[in-house]
Amino acid sequence: MDLTLSPNEQAFRDELRGWLAQNQPGDEPTGDEASFEFRVAWQKQLHAAGYAGVSWPEQFGGRGATLIEQAIYGEEMARAKAPPTANLLGLVMGGPVVIAHGSEEQKQRYLEPILSAEEIWCQGFSEPESGSDLASLKTRAVKCDGGWSVTGQKVWTTLAHVSKWCMLVARTDQNAPKHKGLTYFLMDMAQDAVQIRPLHQITGEAEFNELFMEDAYIPDENVLGGVGNGWAVAITTLMHERAGLGASAAASVKIALGQLIELAKERGVAGDPIVRQRIASLLIEAEALRLNAWRGLTAIMKTGIPGPEGSLPKLQWSAVNQGLTELAVAIQGEDGMAKDSEWNYRFLRARANSIEGGTTEILKNIIAERVLGLPKLR
Amino acid sequence: MNFDFTDDQQAIKRTAKDLLAQRFKPDAVRELAEAGRYDDAYFAELAELGWAGIFIDEEHGGQGLGTVELVILMEELGYSLAPVPFLSNAAAGLALQHAGSDEQRSRWLAGIASGEARGTAGLARDGEGALIADADSAEVIVLLEDGGGTVYEASACEIEPVETIDATRRYARVRPSGEGEALASDPAPALDRIATALAAELTGICQRTMEMSVSYARDRKQFDRPIGAYQAVSHRCADMLRETESVRSTMLWAAWAAEAEPETLPLAAAMAKAGASDAGWNVTSSALQVHGGIGFTWEHDLHFFFKRAKVDGALFGSAREHRERVAELSGLGRAAPAPA
Repeated sequence: MDLTLSPNEQAFRDELRGWLAQNQPGDEPTGDEASFEFRVAWQKQLHAAGYAGVSWPEQFGGRGATLIEQAIYGEEMARAKAPPTANLLGLVMGGPVVIAHGSEEQKQRYLEPILSAEEIWCQGFSEPESGSDLASLKTRAVKCDGGWSVTGQKVWTTLAHVSKWCMLVARTDQNAPKHKGLTYFLMDMAQDAVQIRPLHQITGEAEFNELFMEDAYIPDENVLGGVGNGWAVAITTLMHERAGLGASAAASVKIALGQLIELAKERGVAGDPIVRQRIASLLIEAEALRLNAWRGLTAIMKTGIPGPEGSLPKLQWSAVNQGLTELAVAIQGEDGMAKDSEWNYRFLRARANSIEGGTTEILKNIIAERVLGLPKLR
Repeated sequence: MNFDFTDDQQAIKRTAKDLLAQRFKPDAVRELAEAGRYDDAYFAELAELGWAGIFIDEEHGGQGLGTVELVILMEELGYSLAPVPFLSNAAAGLALQHAGSDEQRSRWLAGIASGEARGTAGLARDGEGALIADADSAEVIVLLEDGGGTVYEASACEIEPVETIDATRRYARVRPSGEGEALASDPAPALDRIATALAAELTGICQRTMEMSVSYARDRKQFDRPIGAYQAVSHRCADMLRETESVRSTMLWAAWAAEAEPETLPLAAAMAKAGASDAGWNVTSSALQVHGGIGFTWEHDLHFFFKRAKVDGALFGSAREHRERVAELSGLGRAAPAPA
């Protein structure tokens, strides 16, 4: 066991830390448009330094970072309070899926504009009636001259209004079993047949959109991974979960817990035994999250197979983030109810943590079936 | 960055797992627990293999290895619920090795390492230890209190057996009646290692009872399907995995820090013991629920694990006490005094 960084990992971290010190992202402006522009500029700055798409192989403009380096990257970005990149879904899902399943032409065409944020990507998977049960999706693609005609509805589509490309999974064979009849498309968003409606969430903002397609056109060359292979391609997309996710999530909740401790002191409750016990529980859970994430990565690097601990960080993170924001609001009592207080925004936004990117219930199903080997529910 | 054991450590783990599985089959554990006794031959065998002195310096007859090797053994001892006076002897060894004077070390460590003159250690209040494991068979007793400690020959203490819910280990109340000798320094580094060792034992208990539950949930059928196919049961099992792996990660971090990054040890050990005390309760009580009625019977083995976990949770600081340390070490300052 050695829980320190190797010389190479240390060098990677020091270089990145040095770069971040010289290139501080600064405070993100408020307002959807301003914050998007800010994130585009930030991604361009990262790209110029070779820090966009660190996990991508070098031949495609990435850095070929190891899993540990990706985790270090996530941790350092969280420490520097860097904003997310503008093209987050393109970088963590779009690029990797094109690299894994795309033709040479597709790689030539799509990869560079993802890195440079010239073309923003969004994800068209979920539908109003297909959330956790993704393979039941109903959006239909019918063969037409030179391509496909798509009709249907998608939901929870982040950044659809500024996206050039949508990673769209649609049903191309109505008669095949539900996992077999799907195809993965790259759909051009710049067409009238695709309508976008912002979806207002409980925080009052509209991070997400609904997408309506009425005979939208997708040329044949925009099929990714072959007709009928959509499920397999989509699964690899989902598997390209950011290796840095657990580590960066742990780093951000650690920062948030530091702020919670400051809040407890300001409010004069730092000596309150109940507050202390609850904060300590959150600190312990956050540390377990960090350690499970790193232990999971080192297991994958060693054996190629994630250990049982690797399935835990997502659900642990959502519980810690929800717990700490709830406590922060509770500590403020009546003052904490103000609509525009920062903690209140985080408290409300955290409610989505146990739903987005796999609900806690689905993650527990996966742990039960694949890690513990319990019988399948279905 | 890696959490892997070295080849030697893996060999220790394999040997421990195999040997303990052979020696401590459920019937053997039950027989000893029901009689409330140990079989000295078992401990002698473990001591013969060098386990008792695994972390003790070679000059005092030990193996000269570290806390990581100790937790490897402790996890397997917990997994097998071995009724042997191992933890108590190790606690005395840790206290003397890390806080004893040269003379105290020379006098006691060799017997602890060989298992021929065992020791025990525990927390005391007003000079008395309320729950000291294996005090009735130890030759040396170290009572730890308020940043200090006192070493007693067992003959200088009144030892009154205490029956706890945990029948797999013997406990006693210890009242010094003669003179003891103060430890040379603050036993905090020893207490942190003991807390980590207990966290390892609890990790093993969590692992074992989780495995028992998963296996039962696969086999037991109600309404024509295995109960593990119901989410009310399978999600409980998933939570058992979360708690078990989290405690394992935190405990390994503390064990690693003990020698590699001592400045981190107090926080890591407090987190490991707080987490392990809670997980030990949550996982074993969940296991009982998954087993349903059969888990509540004396004839099922589960209750021996459940009870050991409960007592382990209280030994050397409860979850609440260790969380309080975490709060203090994390910038919350000291707790407000309790209202009069």
